[in-house]
Formats: sequence, C-alpha cells, structure tokens
Amino acid sequence: MYPVRVLRDRLRALTRRARVVADIDEELRHHEDRLAERLAAEGLTPDEARRQARRRLGNAVALREAAYDVRGGGLVEAFFQDVRYGLRLLRRSPAFTAAALATLAVGIGANTAIFSVASGVLLRPLPYPSADRLAMVWMDNARISLREDWHSFPNYADYRAQNTTFEDVAIFNRTARTLTGEGDPDRLSGAYSSANLFDVLGVRPAQGRAYTAAEDRPGANDVVLIADGLWQRRFGGREDIVGRTIQMSGRSLRVVGVMPEDFAFPTRETEFWVPTAAPDDLRTDRGSLWLQVIGRLKPGVSVAQAQADLERVNAGILERFPQQKGYGVYVAGYRDQLVGRVRPAILVLAGAVGFVLLISCTNVANLLLARASARDRELALRAAIGAGRGRIVRQLVAESVLLGAAGGAAGLGLAWLGLSALVGAAPADLPRLEAIGIDGRVLAFAAALSVGTGFLFGLAPALQLARTNPGDVLREGARTSGGFGRSLRRAFVVAEVALAVVLLVGAGLMLRSFDRVRQVDLGFRPDHVLTARITLWGDRYDEPARVVDFFRQVLARVEARRGVAGAAGVGTVFLSPTPYSMNFSIEGRPDFPFEQRVEVPVDAVTPAYFRVMGVPLRRGRTFDDRDTSTSTPVVIINETMARMFWIDEDPIGRRIKYGSLSSRSPWLEIVGVVADTRRTGYDAPVRPETYLPHAQAPDSAMMLVVRTTSEPEAMLAAVRAAVQSVDPGMAVHGGASLESLLGEMTAARRLNTLLLSVFAGVAVLLAAIGIYGVLAYSVEQRARELSVRIALGASAPRLLRLVLAEGLATSLAGLGIGLAGAALLSRSMSSLLYGVTPTDPATFAVTAGATSLVAIAASLPPALRALRVSPVDVLKRI
Amino acid sequence: MRPQTNADQLHGTLDMLVLKTLAAGPQHGYGIAVRLQERSADVLQVEEGSLYPALYRMEQRGWIAASWGLSENNRRARYYRLTRAGRRQLEAETDSWKRLAGAVARVLEA
Repeated sequence: MYPVRVLRDRLRALTRRARVVADIDEELRHHEDRLAERLAAEGLTPDEARRQARRRLGNAVALREAAYDVRGGGLVEAFFQDVRYGLRLLRRSPAFTAAALATLAVGIGANTAIFSVASGVLLRPLPYPSADRLAMVWMDNARISLREDWHSFPNYADYRAQNTTFEDVAIFNRTARTLTGEGDPDRLSGAYSSANLFDVLGVRPAQGRAYTAAEDRPGANDVVLIADGLWQRRFGGREDIVGRTIQMSGRSLRVVGVMPEDFAFPTRETEFWVPTAAPDDLRTDRGSLWLQVIGRLKPGVSVAQAQADLERVNAGILERFPQQKGYGVYVAGYRDQLVGRVRPAILVLAGAVGFVLLISCTNVANLLLARASARDRELALRAAIGAGRGRIVRQLVAESVLLGAAGGAAGLGLAWLGLSALVGAAPADLPRLEAIGIDGRVLAFAAALSVGTGFLFGLAPALQLARTNPGDVLREGARTSGGFGRSLRRAFVVAEVALAVVLLVGAGLMLRSFDRVRQVDLGFRPDHVLTARITLWGDRYDEPARVVDFFRQVLARVEARRGVAGAAGVGTVFLSPTPYSMNFSIEGRPDFPFEQRVEVPVDAVTPAYFRVMGVPLRRGRTFDDRDTSTSTPVVIINETMARMFWIDEDPIGRRIKYGSLSSRSPWLEIVGVVADTRRTGYDAPVRPETYLPHAQAPDSAMMLVVRTTSEPEAMLAAVRAAVQSVDPGMAVHGGASLESLLGEMTAARRLNTLLLSVFAGVAVLLAAIGIYGVLAYSVEQRARELSVRIALGASAPRLLRLVLAEGLATSLAGLGIGLAGAALLSRSMSSLLYGVTPTDPATFAVTAGATSLVAIAASLPPALRALRVSPVDVLKRI
Repeated sequence: MRPQTNADQLHGTLDMLVLKTLAAGPQHGYGIAVRLQERSADVLQVEEGSLYPALYRMEQRGWIAASWGLSENNRRARYYRLTRAGRRQLEAETDSWKRLAGAVARVLEA
C-alpha cells in the first residue's frame, strides 16, 4: 500500500500542484497562527508573537519544500519544472538559442544521415532467412590474379557432391533475353540458375512455383520465372499469368511462377529466371568458366571452415586434372561480398561526421560556458536561498538536454532532407541502396545522440559551477571570470581546430585523388561517343555470315546519318571487369608452363573501331575489308602485350593461337599493335589485350560505339531506326554516352569526395566561429586590463598583437595537434586514395596554410574591437 | 528535538511518539506538538521541519489517516487519527523501544 499511496500523491501533485501546495500552506499557517496566539497569551505583543512564531516555523521555504518533498511530485515534477525553466531561458536569449540549435542541428543531422546509410547498407539484415549463412564460392584464378572468377560445371558438381560444410550449393549467372510479343521488343536482364537456387536462398515464389530439377536440362527447360515488376509492367498484373506462354529470344517459355516484390537476386535489375539446362558438352568441360556459385552453410559452420573444406575438394580435383593448376577456390560471406567494397568509405564518412559533431558540441559547450558565467550571480543566489547545489546542477543539465533534444529534432529534419538528396546522388550500383532510410534504429540513434550530446556539453557549465563558491560570487561586486572556465574554453578551441584540421587533410587527400583519377589517360577519347547494345537472337543468326552482315548493314546506315562521324562495334565485354579471356601460345616458342600462363581478353571489333574510339595505332595496320571469313586469320594486340612477349622484336607478322600449342584453334597473324586502353576503369591496371576482326569472330552480342558531332544521346533514335530497318525484331538497349558510363565508374569516388569536402568545410566554419567566440569573450573579460594599457599609452599595433597572439596561440596549438593526428589517421583511409600517399606533403602544407589564414581571419574582428575599447567607460564600471 | 536527548536522530522514535500521542485521540499538527511538549514536561520540543514530513510519511504508510476539520477556534485544520495498522505499529515500536531502553539501563548500571 505504501508505494501505491506514494504514487497517488505524486500523481496528484503533478496534476494539481497548486492544490497540494495550498493544502500544505494552509496546514502550516494554522500551526503558525495557533503558535502566535499562544505566545501572545503568554504575554508577548501580537507583533512580537507573530515574529517569534514565524521564526519558530523556521525557514518557511525550506519547511515547505521538505514537506512537499514527501507529498509532492518528486523527481518527475522537478524534471518538468527544469524543462519549463529551461524553455523560458532559451526563449529569452534568442541569438544564443538560434546559434546553438543551428550548430547542433547540423552536427546531429549529418551524423543521423550517415548513420542511416551505414545502418541500411552495413547493418540491416538481408531479406533472406538466416542470411548470414549465405556464402559465395568463387574460383580463385591465380593465372590472371582474379580472386573472384567463375566456375566450370564439373567443378561445381564436385563441390556440391563432396563438401561437408554446406546444406546445398546452387549455380547462377546473369543473362539477358529479348522479350517479344505484344509491344516493342524489350531487352530484359535476368538470370539462369539451378533449380535449387531458391531453396538455398530460402525464398518461395509469390505465385506459382519455381522450376524443378527435372526442368533443368536441355529440352525440358521451356519454363521461366518472372519478377513482380515485370509482371506489373509488361503484363499489367494479370491474374492468369501463371501458365501463360511468352516469347523470349525466339523461344516459347511457359511462366511457372512470379517472384515476390522485393526479391532482387542477383541484382536489382533481374527480371526473370530460367533453368541453367547445361548442355552435355559443358557438363564435362572443366576449361569453360561460366558459373557463379552460392551456398547455404550448415548451422554453426564458419566461412573459414567452408574454405578449408572446399580447398580439400579442390585438391582432389587438381590431383585428377593437373591442367587445372592455378584454379583455386575462395569462399566469402554473401553480405561481405555485397557491401565489402563500400564499407571503408562509409566508415571514413562516419568518422568524419563524428568529428563534425564533436566540434559542434564543443562550440555549444563554449556558448553555454560563456552564458553560465553571465548567470553566475543568479545561480549563486539560488544556491544561497537553499536550492541544493545538486538541484541546480540537475537543472543546468536538464536545460542542456532540452537544447540537445531540440537540436536533435531539427537535425532529424535536416537528415531526412539530406538523405533524399544523398540517395538520389548515390551511385546506382551501391549495394543495399533500397535499405537506406530512417527506421527505428536510426531514430533511436538520433535520440541517443541528442540526449548524449546534451549531457556532454551540459557538463561544462555544471563543472564550472561545481568549482565556484556561491559566497565568493555574491560578495565580490564585480564579476569574476573563473580561471577554470577560461582555460576550459581555450582547450575546447584547440580541440576544435585539431578536429577540423584532420578533416581538412582527409578532404584534401580525397580531392587530390579524384584529380589524379580524372587525369588518367584512358587511351581513347570518351567524349561524344554514344554506346548502345544489340544482342541478336533467333535461328536466322545461327549462321555467322548473317551476323556479320547484320552489323555491317547497321553500321553503314548509322554512318550515313548526318551528325555521325563514325560508327563501329565491339564485343559487349567492353568496360566489364570479367572479360572473356583465353590463354594463348606463341608460334616458335614452347608452351607456357601452367603457372606462367597469362589469360588475355578477346574482343571482336569492326574495322572502324580504333578510329572511332581514337585509339592510336602504334605499328602495322588496323582491320579492314580484306579481313574476311575466308582470308588469313589475323589479330591485333596492344602495347603492353607486345612489350611483355616481344621484348626486342617486332611482333608484326608473328603468329599466336588461343589455347595451348596443341589446341585446334587457328593460328592468328599479328597485323597491328595499338595503344593501351583502360577499358575497365580509371584505377584498373593495364593488361595485355587482343582484338579479332568481327568478320572472323562474328560475336552476336555487340556494343555499338558511335562518334557524334553533337550530343551523343541525340543520335540514339537514329541508331534505333537503323537497327529496326535492318531487322525489326532486334532491340537496342542501354543507350548511353560513353562519358556517362565512365562517370558512373567514378560516381562513388565523386560522392565520397564531395561529402568529405562538405564536412571539412562545415568543420572549418564551426572552428572559426569557435575561435571568434572565445576571443570576443576574452576581449570583453580583459576590457579592464586593455583599457589600463591604453591609458598608459599602448599603441594600436601593440594591442592588436596582444589579442591576435592569444587567438593564434590556441589555433596553432590546434593546428599542430591536428596535423599530427591527421598523419596517424590518414593511413586508415589509404584504400580510398589514388595516386597520393596518406602523408602527402602538399596536402598537409596547404591545410596548414589555410588553417592559419582562417585563424587570423577569425581573430581579427575581436582584435579590432579591442582597439575600440574606451578606457573611460570600462574604468567607470568598476 | 533539543539536544537534551538524542532520541530524535531516529525517525522511528518520532514516529512512535506521534503515534502514541494520537492514541489518545485525533489531533492536528499543532496539537500534536503541544501535547508532546506537555507530556514530556518540556523536554521534547518537536521542530516543525521534522514533524510535518514525518506526518506525511506516516500517512503514506497507512499508520495514520488525515481529514480536514474545524479546529478549536473554528479554523480549518488537518486532523490526523490512528488507524488499525498504526496501532499495531505503535505496539511493535513500543516493545522494541522498551527492550532497547532496558538493555541500555542494564549496561549503565553495571
């Protein structure tokens, strides 16, 4: 019953406080009246009696408070009171409040936004059951130093049959088909897979069923699973879709099911799934690498254990097939796979905004300290009346928490805006982009941050208060500036400057990296080039001559258009990181031993390719009309290949063939050497590459490259028209300018650099405000000292130097610490840098110079104000 | 309580004395203080700062119950009366106090 009554009293006090107070007052007044009566009856005068009675009641306020403590609202009410008082205070000094709120909103908002990204990309679980048990199994291809290469079918079968650590493994890879039928032909991205893929992932179709193992063989595989998006977009979400037959690349496929809306494996763009249906020859060919493998680990099995297990299986394969030498296995967690490459950048950004928040807190703490000094007397008075010191500290902290909460709310709004912009500007291939948003975890983070920072910067004035004696403050007429507060403020500024310097160095390094990346010579001219992909399908194009003819006609028609300077075709592996590669042998030299075999990309190109792309020819000739299906087979190599394998000789006229010396592929005569190109990205290494004439290697999937005189995208319609005029059933897809494709490659780097620069800029601004604020306050404090100096004849320059010295001293201290810290920390971001070392001297020097300038600029206004101090006014105030 | 006795160091002692006072009949705060002073021959003079918080605490504990009434001079006053639980508490506290006093006396006699 006791706790119930306590609760009842507290609640009553919260809701009807006035009543409770009135009750207590009335009771105490009754006591006082009766006491006064009795004293009067004992002989005192009424006034004297009243006075004595009152004195007996003691400190009325304390008495009432003690009584109220038992019956009153307790801590909760005290908290509400503090909050209300805090609100009133904040309203009374709007400038301070606005400054503090703005600073906090920026700090908390930026942190919340970045945390949303980190939470969505790195933390949020994947939409598969027990997703942490999914792992990718790659082929570690030591021959071309590619750790994540694809598998052959027989190797996959061996892994599946002989492993002990996986529940099951499945194969898949990306593919594309042209959907025809009602409407325009549509080139769709999709995937083929083994029937057990969906079991491995743990996802069931929303409608119908997945395909079965029986359907996963040639002849029985005329089935397809489609995505929800495709079902809505192309088939209007019709009810009878399951069982319908659709036309894909000339084949009739029966729709057996529709996948759920949020299923997006292997990529966001996948719109259909078909059985792999590997033909018999590929089932036994260990040399064709065309499959990706994903598996579900058994419960409790780690990735390391799976790696060891599969390495054991692989060792068995190598024993039986020594020519597999150089092919290993590499197991990686699926989530790591997805997000591993963006994790460093996200962590660096998180660290950067953390710094910005620290600087914000420091600024607000300084503001609060300055204000606390101004309230010295008010607080001392309250302490003297009897408000416990603990109570005052609690009230100060409540104020700060209130400020933090308000700043956090504003920051949340900023974060929401910023996130929309961020998601819009994010590179399209950012993994888990769809998982980024303000969810419960992010809200909790923002709330914790607001309250936490409130506590943090509320400590500063509370600590200062704890060290002052109320008696001293009240006794002394003039103000005291707590020496402790002053050195605390200066320490804060040093910290702010140091943090800002670290951010500046980081941003500077990123900027220089970005610059270096853009200066990389790609080896071709990317401007004014339109790209578009065409994939031929249908029985008609089983004949190579038809393929060659198709492209020749299309290119001729495109080139005939006005606004086109040239058109050519190249295999669609252009700009892909895993190109179609073969190892090769050189005539007159022995076979390479397995370990030294080099695999080179093979690209089919039309004759005009090098001219259109602006790739210089170094030796010999490019392809032309004399290279036909019946003429001598020829090949063109790049400079690096020539340099690597024909050190002192001219490769022109030599012959190579793909495969080993005993393979049945034809000998190819080298007719030309072209300059190196970086086709897989700015920061990709240059590798040996080979090109074949399209007429001799009629690839039915090609990328058109069209050099235009004006904007590339403007010619897309013309290209489409040309294709339609040659064969209306063929789709043109992925029309984009080459520059935009390359831009996408640097999109991530550009965004990171931009963000880091923005954060550094904000940090510098806040630090400058901090320097200014502290210095301005210091000038006010030292007004007396300065005016005495002026009265004694100090000159203006001397005064300036005096004030500036203080500002610069703190700034330089911060600069030194910051540079040292940056030197240590920048190592952790070296994976993001390109072409610059983490301790790049130029960046550090520029940062030091810029910081010094900012420090001087921030110190000048208060210094100038010091000059205008009027000694008479100041000395009068004493 | 004035320093003659250190008894008021313990809440419990004050509680017990108040409960005993109320055993004689309902009374308001001032009346309790007067009665205590009279019965102890002026030795015990309760400080108001201790009395009222103690009263409120005991009320929350259910040992006394309060209601507003008219005092001797027709003024509104808050009257407290002993409850059954309060009576039991008084007995318990009195017993333990007597035991304590007896033990102290024996030690002092030795």
